[in-house]
Amino acid sequence: MIKEYKTITEVAGPLLIVEKVRDVKYEELVEIELADGEKRRGKVLEITTDKALVQLFENPQGIEIKECKVRFLGKVMELPVSRDILGRVFSGSGRPIDGGPEIMPDKLLDVNGTPINPYARDYPDDFIQTGISSIDGMNTLVRGQKLPIFSGSGLPHSRIAAQIARQAKVKGQEESFAVVFAAMGITFEEADFFIRDFKRTGAIERAVLFLNLANDPAVERVATPRLGLTAAEYLAFELDMHVLVILTDMTNYCEALREVSAARKEIPGRRGYPGYLYTDLASMYERAGRIKDKEGSITQIPILTMPEDDITHPIPDLTGYITEGQTILSRELHMKGIYPPINVLPSLSRLKDKGIGEGKTREDHAQVLNQLFAAYARGKDAKELASILGEAALTETDLKFAEFADDYEKKFVAQGENEDRTIDETLNIGWELLAELPRTELKRLKEREIEKYMPIRSRKSKAEEKKLEVE
Amino acid sequence: MTEAKAGVITKVAGPLVVAKGIPGATMYDVVNVSEHNLIGEIIEIHGDESYIQVYEDTSGLGPGEPVHSTYHPLAVELGPGLVESIYDGIQRPLKQLKLMSGDFISRGLEVPGLDREKEWDFKPVKKVGDHVTSGTTLGNVQETVLINHRIMVPPEIEGTIKFIDTGMHKVTDIICILEGKNGEVKLNMIQKWPVRIGRPYKQRLRPEIPLITGQRVIDAFFPIAKGGTACVPGPFGSGKTVIQHQLAKWADAEVVIFIGCGERGNEMTDVLLEFPELKDPKSGESLMKRTVLIANTSNMPVAAREASVYTGVTIAEYFRDMGYSVALMADSTSRWAEALREMSGRLEEMPGEEGYPAYLGTRISAFYERAGRTISQGDDPREGALSVIGAVSPPGGDLAEPVTQNTLRVVKVFWGLEYKLAHARHFPAISWLSSYSLYSNMVDEYLSEEVNPEWPVLRRESMRILQLEAELEEIVRLVGIEALSKRERLIMETAKSIREDFLQQNAFDADDTYTSMTKQFLLLKLVLSFYSEGEKVIKKDIDINDLISLPVREKIGRAKYIKEKELDKFDKLERELKDQIENLVIKAQKMEAEE
Repeated sequence: MIKEYKTITEVAGPLLIVEKVRDVKYEELVEIELADGEKRRGKVLEITTDKALVQLFENPQGIEIKECKVRFLGKVMELPVSRDILGRVFSGSGRPIDGGPEIMPDKLLDVNGTPINPYARDYPDDFIQTGISSIDGMNTLVRGQKLPIFSGSGLPHSRIAAQIARQAKVKGQEESFAVVFAAMGITFEEADFFIRDFKRTGAIERAVLFLNLANDPAVERVATPRLGLTAAEYLAFELDMHVLVILTDMTNYCEALREVSAARKEIPGRRGYPGYLYTDLASMYERAGRIKDKEGSITQIPILTMPEDDITHPIPDLTGYITEGQTILSRELHMKGIYPPINVLPSLSRLKDKGIGEGKTREDHAQVLNQLFAAYARGKDAKELASILGEAALTETDLKFAEFADDYEKKFVAQGENEDRTIDETLNIGWELLAELPRTELKRLKEREIEKYMPIRSRKSKAEEKKLEVE
Repeated sequence: MTEAKAGVITKVAGPLVVAKGIPGATMYDVVNVSEHNLIGEIIEIHGDESYIQVYEDTSGLGPGEPVHSTYHPLAVELGPGLVESIYDGIQRPLKQLKLMSGDFISRGLEVPGLDREKEWDFKPVKKVGDHVTSGTTLGNVQETVLINHRIMVPPEIEGTIKFIDTGMHKVTDIICILEGKNGEVKLNMIQKWPVRIGRPYKQRLRPEIPLITGQRVIDAFFPIAKGGTACVPGPFGSGKTVIQHQLAKWADAEVVIFIGCGERGNEMTDVLLEFPELKDPKSGESLMKRTVLIANTSNMPVAAREASVYTGVTIAEYFRDMGYSVALMADSTSRWAEALREMSGRLEEMPGEEGYPAYLGTRISAFYERAGRTISQGDDPREGALSVIGAVSPPGGDLAEPVTQNTLRVVKVFWGLEYKLAHARHFPAISWLSSYSLYSNMVDEYLSEEVNPEWPVLRRESMRILQLEAELEEIVRLVGIEALSKRERLIMETAKSIREDFLQQNAFDADDTYTSMTKQFLLLKLVLSFYSEGEKVIKKDIDINDLISLPVREKIGRAKYIKEKELDKFDKLERELKDQIENLVIKAQKMEAEE
């Protein structure tokens, strides 16, 4: 028999204090019934002998002290799952909002999940071809990776995420895949963009959506990504699917967390975010990966907008320490009209080394990407120098590198929103560009690969090259 | 005595549980919390109330549930079976956890750190009637092909052997009985030692032998000594973890303890899958046969993360006491500090800098101070060394933050990682301008004897050139490269060659990932030859551009890929370099004559 309490003594923002409670457990799910019968939910955040601190998942509006009834449900927050969640749209707290029926649960899963035993993990090394050169070629995504997009306001991160969701495939394989989309505090327009895109391509049939929009209660956002990841774990590790999880926008999530922390009067860490922000983010980001002897996998693409494009802000900073790399968007490239405006140099994929090369992508991949990185970095330096001293101050070689940097942005990074490049196409563009540079500078390429892949027209002999330089 | 009375939970807030009325509650005693039997540790006592940090997820716990004290501090089991294991932060073997609870870790699981079923071949070296003191070797167990595990008399025990066994035994079997002052002491192969207290030794020595890592920038420029301490701070993506992995793979330590403290699960998997495949360059055996892994990933309970570094260092000290050179890597100590901060916040302590507790510095220095070169206790004293290398993850890459600063105050080696270098894919991204090693002089002595007397000269010369480059770069940035003299151009070119051809090292290339000291010497010598030979002729009328674009320089650029077996190739390159420079001079003289 579940007891009802009418002993709320305090309501402060998203927090309630309920007194004279008995047998209440930490993290227990709470149901609050308003005077008009409406039900809201929350969880126990702290419990002492007879006092429970409850965090609401929903709006505190309408809650008052005398009439509200509080019930402790004796279980933690659970998500009902079954195969039927595919193609459905849920609210940020997990209620169906697409007019469809409630889910007949195959299982009820604790939304907090439990940590994957590191010993049970399998190393992610299956190359995912996204069809985007600056990702596939330079910062390769692999199955089971968590690779966030660090963006800024006004940058096309949604379009890139949608393009990845649309084009992602594993070379030469057709397998069952699914998309889990968790929206935290984004606008209707942004959410609508994704839904339309999923509908247009038919991906909606294999998608599960959890939507907490900008005007939905902020505290609900704390639960939303966990619901998404719980659904993803079910699809991946029980139904053997390859799941791509898109979490957007993590900045809104962190702000909601800060709101709860501030309401609890906790000692803040950097910029008012709670000291446990790292642990909290890790408890979500780490729910990606592959497990030995299991078919499925979870690949995560969290999106976050960096306040003032500042990468040292706690949210991108802590995220970068947990995720396996990051794809960073550049306002400068975006202004130049380059789509996707991926800033290749600071972007990184930590798992690429085992996902590329012979048998995965192509034997020359590692060298080409190293050489492209080095050359682009040098070209950018040269351009910077030229902008101070004028082009005349550059050596012949540096001028070539400066030109290379421009070409690289125009031909390699830039591509159409529906352009789906194969990895071979991507690498070949790389070779075309490198062919314009002096051979002696290409220290990261090996002879054998140069002979095999360098476009013929550029294979001038050393003597000829010398002559050119002298002229 | 009747069954111990239990305390009762009065408050639950995340990993912090408060319980009332635990009889005999003592600081740092381990307690079992609730019917789930979660493991916790008492970290504060107020009157009748004990504050407990719980090493497992506390959801579902509530007031009224029982708390039992074990009356022992948090301890690890030391004995045969440690090597090749992978543990969580409180020494539970992850392999066993997987058998018990599947792919995900559930809570309340109790597993001993050492395998109780496995039998080891114990070969005694002492006999009945021998008087033994603590630390003395009683016998040996061949744990893996690489590790001979000494079974030692545990600390604070002494006596005359009444009985000593031989042959195949489980770790729990009594293998020896001592007649001590206070009666009989029965010994098995397990020693229990509380993690927060350093293991005793007889004497501490100065570290003076380098820990060779095969990483050129470290061995040549910023060496660490066996028994020394180092830290690697760097922003994310600057290659901290790769450096830690490289050291765990190639450092010439006999035992390696790798602590994944609050880091990524997939990285631990990488280590787990890769280490058994990799071969120790010296013995040719699998690297796993000398490695103990501790994995408390970022999503595992935060309190256990706090314990994980102590678990690791205690195991490391145990091997040090056997006379091994042990290297401990902790990735990352910042996560450990954050765990401290989180618990401190929940205890509502007055915070120090950036919310970290005021005792942060004390804890950090106490941890690093457990490193060192020591002579063990016992009547067969052994020299062992424990080197500690901690990664630090400063928020925003800002080295002014408390964890980095407190670490720098104790460690002797600083490998500063730089964003800029990582972006240019200069790996390892250790800055040659800001890093330092206080062991350089000690190590110089050793290397001039073991490798080549010229070694210290080469090192200082290359550091000088790199410093000069930094100054010259300023000028170039202001007025362009044309403003430099020929000599300065030569310095710039040589510096570039040191950076690209010597310092840059590819961890993923089979030939480049590890470089022996001999090859390091030859390579650096070759790179600097360009400078010394160039300087000789630069006054003559040669074109600096000709000198810079000598064909042999491309070969120098690829010299790092020369195999360890073909080191004579360096001689040839050196001759080629001299020949080509000579040709330049002849060409210049001819031109002059023509004019």
